[in-house]
Amino acid sequence: MLKQKLKFGIIKKVVGPVVFAENMENITMYEMVKVGLDRIIGEVIRIEGDNAVIQVYEDTTGVSPGEPVEPTGALLSVELGPGLLNQIFDGIQRPLTFLEKESGFFIRRGIYPDALPRNKKWHFIPTKKAGDKVVGGDILGYVKESPLLERHAIMVPPQTKNGLISYIIEEGDYTIDETIAKIDCGNNNILEVKMVTKWPIRKPRPIKRRVSTHLPLITGQRIIDALFPIAKGGTAAIPGGFGTGKTVMQHQLAQWADANVIVYIGCGERGNEMAEVLERFPELKDPRSGLPLINRTILIANVSNMPIAAREASIYTGMTIAEYYRDMGYDVALMADSTSRWAEALREISGRLEEMPGEEGYPAYLSSRIAEFYERAGRCEVLGSDERYGSISVVGAVSPPGADFSEPVTQSTLRVVKVFWALDTSLAQRRHFPAINWLTSYSLYKNELDLWFVKYFPNWPNLTKEFMQVLQEEEELIEIVRLVGPDALSEVQKLILEYARKIREDYLMQHAYSAADSYCDLKKNYYMMCLLSYFYNESKKLVGNGVQVSKINSLPSVQELGRMKFIPNEEFEAFYFDLLARLKEDLSSLALGVKS
Amino acid sequence: MTTKSIITREFKTVSGISGPLLFVQETRNVAYGEYVEIVAQDGSVRHGQVLETSFEMAVVQVFEGSGGLSREHTVVRFTGEPLRFAVSTDVIGRMFNGSGKVIDNGPPIIPKEKLDVNGSPINPKSRAYPTDFIQTGISAIDGMNTLSRGQKLPLFSGNGLPHNEIAAQIARQAKVRKTEEKFLLIFAALGITVDEARFFINSFEESGALSRSVLFINLAQDPAIERILTPRLALTTAEYLAFEEDYHVLVIITDMTNYCEALREISAAREEVPGRRGYPGYMYTDLASIYERTGRVLGKLGSITQMPILTMPNDDITHPIPDLTGYITEGQIIIDRALHRRGIYPPIDVLPSLSRLMKEAIGQNKTRDDHRELSDQLYYMYAEGRSLRELVAVVGEEALTERDHLYLRAADRFEKEFVSQGRYEERSIEQTLDIGWNILSSFPESELKRISLNTIQKYHPSKRSRVS
Ligand SMILES: Nc1ncnc2c1ncn2[C@@H]1O[C@H](COP(=O)(O)OP(=O)(O)O)[C@@H](O)[C@H]1O
Ligand SMILES: [Mg+2]
Repeated sequence: MLKQKLKFGIIKKVVGPVVFAENMENITMYEMVKVGLDRIIGEVIRIEGDNAVIQVYEDTTGVSPGEPVEPTGALLSVELGPGLLNQIFDGIQRPLTFLEKESGFFIRRGIYPDALPRNKKWHFIPTKKAGDKVVGGDILGYVKESPLLERHAIMVPPQTKNGLISYIIEEGDYTIDETIAKIDCGNNNILEVKMVTKWPIRKPRPIKRRVSTHLPLITGQRIIDALFPIAKGGTAAIPGGFGTGKTVMQHQLAQWADANVIVYIGCGERGNEMAEVLERFPELKDPRSGLPLINRTILIANVSNMPIAAREASIYTGMTIAEYYRDMGYDVALMADSTSRWAEALREISGRLEEMPGEEGYPAYLSSRIAEFYERAGRCEVLGSDERYGSISVVGAVSPPGADFSEPVTQSTLRVVKVFWALDTSLAQRRHFPAINWLTSYSLYKNELDLWFVKYFPNWPNLTKEFMQVLQEEEELIEIVRLVGPDALSEVQKLILEYARKIREDYLMQHAYSAADSYCDLKKNYYMMCLLSYFYNESKKLVGNGVQVSKINSLPSVQELGRMKFIPNEEFEAFYFDLLARLKEDLSSLALGVKS
Repeated sequence: MTTKSIITREFKTVSGISGPLLFVQETRNVAYGEYVEIVAQDGSVRHGQVLETSFEMAVVQVFEGSGGLSREHTVVRFTGEPLRFAVSTDVIGRMFNGSGKVIDNGPPIIPKEKLDVNGSPINPKSRAYPTDFIQTGISAIDGMNTLSRGQKLPLFSGNGLPHNEIAAQIARQAKVRKTEEKFLLIFAALGITVDEARFFINSFEESGALSRSVLFINLAQDPAIERILTPRLALTTAEYLAFEEDYHVLVIITDMTNYCEALREISAAREEVPGRRGYPGYMYTDLASIYERTGRVLGKLGSITQMPILTMPNDDITHPIPDLTGYITEGQIIIDRALHRRGIYPPIDVLPSLSRLMKEAIGQNKTRDDHRELSDQLYYMYAEGRSLRELVAVVGEEALTERDHLYLRAADRFEKEFVSQGRYEERSIEQTLDIGWNILSSFPESELKRISLNTIQKYHPSKRSRVS
């Protein structure tokens, strides 16, 4: 890439993960360098004359002034190609399985293996032939990467303009380093295409154009799908104090969201949470295909005690991988837990650079960096001469200090994301999970996505609106109860409170660890709403005729609403018709009782 | 560290002293993180570590503090090595000061290995998820916030609350049932009083744990900056004993608040931009470098369970020390002043308490198959009861419904019968769960929505008594 002769710099100063070097005149911003006698990897983050500041991706203990800095001529990049799925990498894409083999269960410094397996052969099936004209993004052929991703596309590099395939290999088994096609780009410029490519992590991969986000990312989480849905290609933030359920929600989304590929970034959080995913995902089955979920998953683990500069890089590493699968035409969902730890890494490095601190010590460019990151999400028409669409949905956890959402990371994030799932400490303490506050959360996709839902579930928008209204009314009624006690309420108001309680406890609450309840498909979700709404609207008539709410509540079929969430998805339709009939019967018996 | 040849270099060029920091001029090739010996005028040796190094200068933090050091007469010796601690099974049953010197008049330790006290991160790929239930004999923990082997579960307390008694009771009673494995206790005291330290040591002695323990003692009158080092020595020892010698190690560290104060002191001396309430912006990462040194790894028999204790300034859980801790640890046990005032021991408030690893540590073959549903229901009941109590305070009891009264009474019983227990009372998990069932049996079944009908059939006292 960079042609000039590589010349070594000299370390002047070491402060934690930041190294200052001189004699670096030909260096480029974001260039990868090798630092010190151990040649540990770093990245240039500031240039001033001959001096460069480098953030180092491993512990700098033992590095001293006077040691060399070796430029590499390359920007910090990730490897893209078959073999990404099913793997776990650190923040700079080092495969952790390989590190384990090399250095045991403690991560030692200075080991830089290839990200993708070199010996493995992939069965390549060409879909183009010699003489075909191609442009960047065109698909040359496929390999089967995993049981859940049958068609991993091998694409013409994005920057290619007018290419002519001069050679393409025949169907067969090849390693990623073999040349599978040659593309004549004119002017004697022959591009050799391999299954592996590289892309700098801080540079978004190009697309043709953005398109509208009108399809829901179905998550199987009732409160999300019904009240605060996220679109495919959408952006969402989950802020919440510790223990409010950010990670569990991220895991739930990684498990159940109807995306083709999941990129899960454990950014500065717990090692055990990654171990948990590694243990559970090979066993958990995708609800649609029945195949183990790990087959569509890529894990990036740069946990809290791993080097912070690599933590800073981890979200870009994950995002670049996500873009690569989007470019094939897939729906990718990316989870980052937690973006606050990424922001803190940024703050720590900025502090070492003695930059002018902004709010709470964060650098002034915090919000623009956050915006740039979420900007890489979206649904779009991807490069290539055929018409393909792909999407990246991004869900970022935010960990506000003291659960106070007015802090800079939460606020900067809310300015750019379209869905806000506000986690509430008091709900979490009552063990109401997911602890998404229904009064403060919102989704700006709701109206557009209702157009999709209504096609399959005619009453969906009305039901969700009714639920939101009742929850709002409950809040007002509780205020009255707090002032004057429950006696002051009319029976109609008592019924509203009862309805709201049922919505909260029997519908919104969803247990992540209950086999029958963890994933709720749209049909079950809809039928649950229908049943609750039926209960309310019929009861309202009864109450109007003088029936007491407590009487209605003690009906066996009404009590059964309290346990309906534990009916499995596949049995729910039958259950729905059965319970609906019994509700009808029980409620009408009360109505008769009034008349006689 | 590196394979570079180790050279010791001496300098007498201290140009400045600020708080616990020494600024040494013209050092050139001093390495970052290097271990340093500082020789005072009287010949006494202190130790320190390089925090920053450049051609012109090295900044050294002195664990014993800089009191009594002068610019002219101080010799700074850079060792070319990271700070190491000598370990072997000899350390078992021994007592060290906060910087790792033997203080029990026993023989010197014959080392098997000298380990870098900063350790290395455990590869997340190599971790084994904790699943073994540790029975502490305390219902509020076992029943509601179960501890498991390899977990980091802190006690969040306040000044004057009985966190020491609770920690000592846990140390005394903790066991993994149906196993006969090698168990060890590592205790690190950071800036606690002589009385507190004596309380712990007596308690360990009484229960026979002392001979199976390793103690690191930094008292209130000991150097504050040493507290940066003490937990690292304890955890280096723990890693060695767990992963090389197959012990199951329980590490108790008290009081992490004093650790954070030391961290703040260094940060202030370096004139860094402070984060929230004056604590350094990197405190999360620094605390993680302690708390994450916990767990189990695949293919190793031993484990490290960590129970740090911290006192929340002003009982404020949003203070950076408990806040950042809660963001790193796998839950927290909250010791509550209101419960304590009402004479409840242990005054554990289960609502804000949490064990994130509970789900894998309970259930059939671990505790009992009804455990999860029962604790969910107890949580629901207690939370309802507690919010009704607040309502009663405003509108009076008369205004409440029959249902409300059930919840109020049950919440009271929960505190008196379930949470409350003796300091020497060790309850089996079955006893704990049965107390829970007794309290819930005052409700009609339709209120027990968190519990499946099958489980009710199997464990509800009314069903069980009918059988017998
Ligand atoms: N949907 C859920 N179902 C059941 N339990 C949950 C759910 N969400 C959170 N929890 C409980 O809350 C605990 C904390 O959740 P976690 O996601 O780790 O919080 P955070 O990441 O916000 O600190 C979990 O260990 C679990 O016990
Ligand atoms: Mg979390």
